[in-house]
Amino acid sequence: MAHLDTAQTRELIARHPQVFAGSMRKRVTGWLVALGIVFYFVFAWSFFSIGQVVTNANWNIAGGYLADWVSYEVRPDIEYRDGYLKVSFPRFSPLGENPDPDWLTRRSETVEIRAESGNAEAGATPSAGFLGSLPEANAKGGSGNFLGPVGDAAESAAAVGDIPNAPAPQTTRREEAVVEASVRFSPQSHVDVAPGLVSVTRGDETLVLDIAGGERVEPRGALPAWAFQREPGAKVIVRFGFAGRAEIEGDEVKIRRRFLGWENFFFDTRSPFWGLSAGEVAKIVLFGERLNPQKSNAALAFDNFLNNADWQHGDVWLKLLQTIVMAFAGTVLATLIAFPLSFAAARNIYPSRAANFLFKRFFDFLRSVDMLIWALFFTRAFGPGPLAGISAIFFTDTGTFGKLYSEALENIDDKQREGVRSVGASPSAVQRYGVLPQVLPVFLSQSLYFWESNTRSATIIGAVGAGGIGLKLWEAMRTNSDWENVAYMVLLILLVVFVFDTISSTLRHRLMWAKNR
Amino acid sequence: MSTTTHGPALSPAAQSIERHWQEMAARRRLYTIGGIVFLVLAMGGSLWFANASNAGKFFDRLPYFFDFVGQLMPRDGWEVWRALFDLPSPYDDGSLKYNYPEGRVYLTETLYLPEYFYKMLETINIALVATLVGFGLGFVLCFLAAANLTTRRWLRFFVRRFMEVLRAFPEIVIAGFFLAILSIGAVPAIIAVAIHTIGALGKMFFEVVENADMRPEEGLRAAGANWVERVWFAIVPQVMPNFLSYALLRLEINVRASTIIGAVGGGGIGETLRLSISQTHEAKTLAIVLLLFSTIVAVDQFSAWLRRRLVGDQAFEFGRGG
Repeated sequence: MAHLDTAQTRELIARHPQVFAGSMRKRVTGWLVALGIVFYFVFAWSFFSIGQVVTNANWNIAGGYLADWVSYEVRPDIEYRDGYLKVSFPRFSPLGENPDPDWLTRRSETVEIRAESGNAEAGATPSAGFLGSLPEANAKGGSGNFLGPVGDAAESAAAVGDIPNAPAPQTTRREEAVVEASVRFSPQSHVDVAPGLVSVTRGDETLVLDIAGGERVEPRGALPAWAFQREPGAKVIVRFGFAGRAEIEGDEVKIRRRFLGWENFFFDTRSPFWGLSAGEVAKIVLFGERLNPQKSNAALAFDNFLNNADWQHGDVWLKLLQTIVMAFAGTVLATLIAFPLSFAAARNIYPSRAANFLFKRFFDFLRSVDMLIWALFFTRAFGPGPLAGISAIFFTDTGTFGKLYSEALENIDDKQREGVRSVGASPSAVQRYGVLPQVLPVFLSQSLYFWESNTRSATIIGAVGAGGIGLKLWEAMRTNSDWENVAYMVLLILLVVFVFDTISSTLRHRLMWAKNR
Repeated sequence: MSTTTHGPALSPAAQSIERHWQEMAARRRLYTIGGIVFLVLAMGGSLWFANASNAGKFFDRLPYFFDFVGQLMPRDGWEVWRALFDLPSPYDDGSLKYNYPEGRVYLTETLYLPEYFYKMLETINIALVATLVGFGLGFVLCFLAAANLTTRRWLRFFVRRFMEVLRAFPEIVIAGFFLAILSIGAVPAIIAVAIHTIGALGKMFFEVVENADMRPEEGLRAAGANWVERVWFAIVPQVMPNFLSYALLRLEINVRASTIIGAVGGGGIGETLRLSISQTHEAKTLAIVLLLFSTIVAVDQFSAWLRRRLVGDQAFEFGRGG
């Protein structure tokens, strides 16, 4: 082949432009399509007012929600009182009652306290105990931490140093009380609170704030980048990244301390097994005295685990089982009904054009009325629960299977059927020995494939009320505070889908292998 | 068992074959019966469990079911059309049930779009935007996941796992998360459907790319083209028809998916349908179902026609989810 240098190539192109240019249409089409897509996106941007939605979005909470998937917050409040501090944890703190975490140090002194009315409430009843089921316990356990850490007066005074219950109303009394609290966020960062004075240290920067008159927060000096104040005198928010933040207000300091992990995953704070290591739990279960005379320790531990108030393992697993059952029963029922109907819809099996047409349109109808419509429809009819989910999957998939099966039937090899018919077999025997062996592996393989994809669909239609884990997932998301439960359920769903994927594809491969042998 | 045959006596070798065959047939029958018994038991258990954990029991609810179907019948044949096209109804009693012109969307002073057509348009646009975004990002990612174009094993591994995560993550969780941040509306639905589409299309795309003819690529490589040029001029023209046809298939799936996401707060026709069913507005419900049904059929037919034009009669696996 002759060699051309660049100049010769250019000359050739210049001489025969029509050969090298390509058609006008070809050159323009790409640009037109790109332009059309750009215009469409501009239209969609205004149609959905995406710009407005995105700017109005609450992006600050997005990080918090994401962090909630894998971590939890402990939220103590430190109130300033006359000359002392009151440290309190919320009622359902993940640290249980009377927590004394090592990142919160308190220094107590004997101070003179003016008694307040209402401070002298009678001792709290112990919380409902581990036997109560979740809703009851939630309702009953409320009185526990009404005044912050209340409980054994002796213990409270000795170790924690909060104000114990006053034995009788009086104007002043001398008590041991917290006068200084320090919350450590990291080895270099901490918030030190004293009545009327808060100092925040982050790395080598320190911010000192005065609480003036019990309501105004006044920082000394300029605010660093990690602190935020909306207006002079208002509360100051200091951030420590993932470790949490503190809100310094006029009457208290709100601490939000974040820790990695899922809190109290196995036992909630009401369980006697709470806070014990796996080895300790095993020791109690195997050798320990019965904690509850009515049942063995193993049964008690299992019961505590299932009824964990934060994670609701028992309920989640039950709902997951419902989803699995929905997919399984719906697919099997659809297979059983579509199987005979597809014979009537196949042109080469049942030679009536009218019947073929009618059945095929019927399948199209079932399939095109979407699974969602069926789900809403049956939820209304049967009430929320797996029955609605089963029915929705059953109706949609009868249509799908009918279509697929009748197509498979129309593509069979006719020779086998003729062979069976030529020896004088009855019509049902012709179907059984001439047709069925050809299509059964295909039928089963398609059913298995849809079983697997229905496990996924069942999760989604559950959210509109058709039962199963979808609804639970949706409820957990709507509360906006249980993202760790969402993460747990998503993990379970992914696990189940993965397992069923594997089972179904293994079975399908074996079926197809048997067919092609 | 019955080895007594009525024909001529068999030779020992033939008897052995006969016995072997009998054994195999018996085992096969045993497996079949065992399988059927297992299926019946599993099915019975499943149905019992579903019935026990449902809010209403099947046989108790069955009369209500027929009542509900009966209630769904409109008052007369024209009522559904009135609801569909926002025409005033003679039964209008001031309640929302028969007040069809309520939701009209006026484009100009006099020209209006009936409410359900507008909502349907919204749902279709959600699906379309999500498919386009998913197509764009799936297109970029698929070349990095294809073994014949990306030689760096760790990059391929990472991209493939990433797409798997996008695909397997339940759409409803993504939608719920963005609903919490962006508040109720169509944008969370778009994001959720688009994220799923990236994963699903990316997987199909890289399988197409791996089956592409590599000779044009080698030619360009010999001429000194860089990676982007090789992909753009050698691979893309080959795979584009298949890509487009997969994207159309995804569009069908996404119209359904965005309806479902709409029903849980993502806007569009799904939400309207859910509200209308729960408030027993029979004519409105039937109008929406009719509209949704014909739209889904139309989109399916259109996409099937376009796909046939793009790739001929090359068959596709028929799939809804996944």
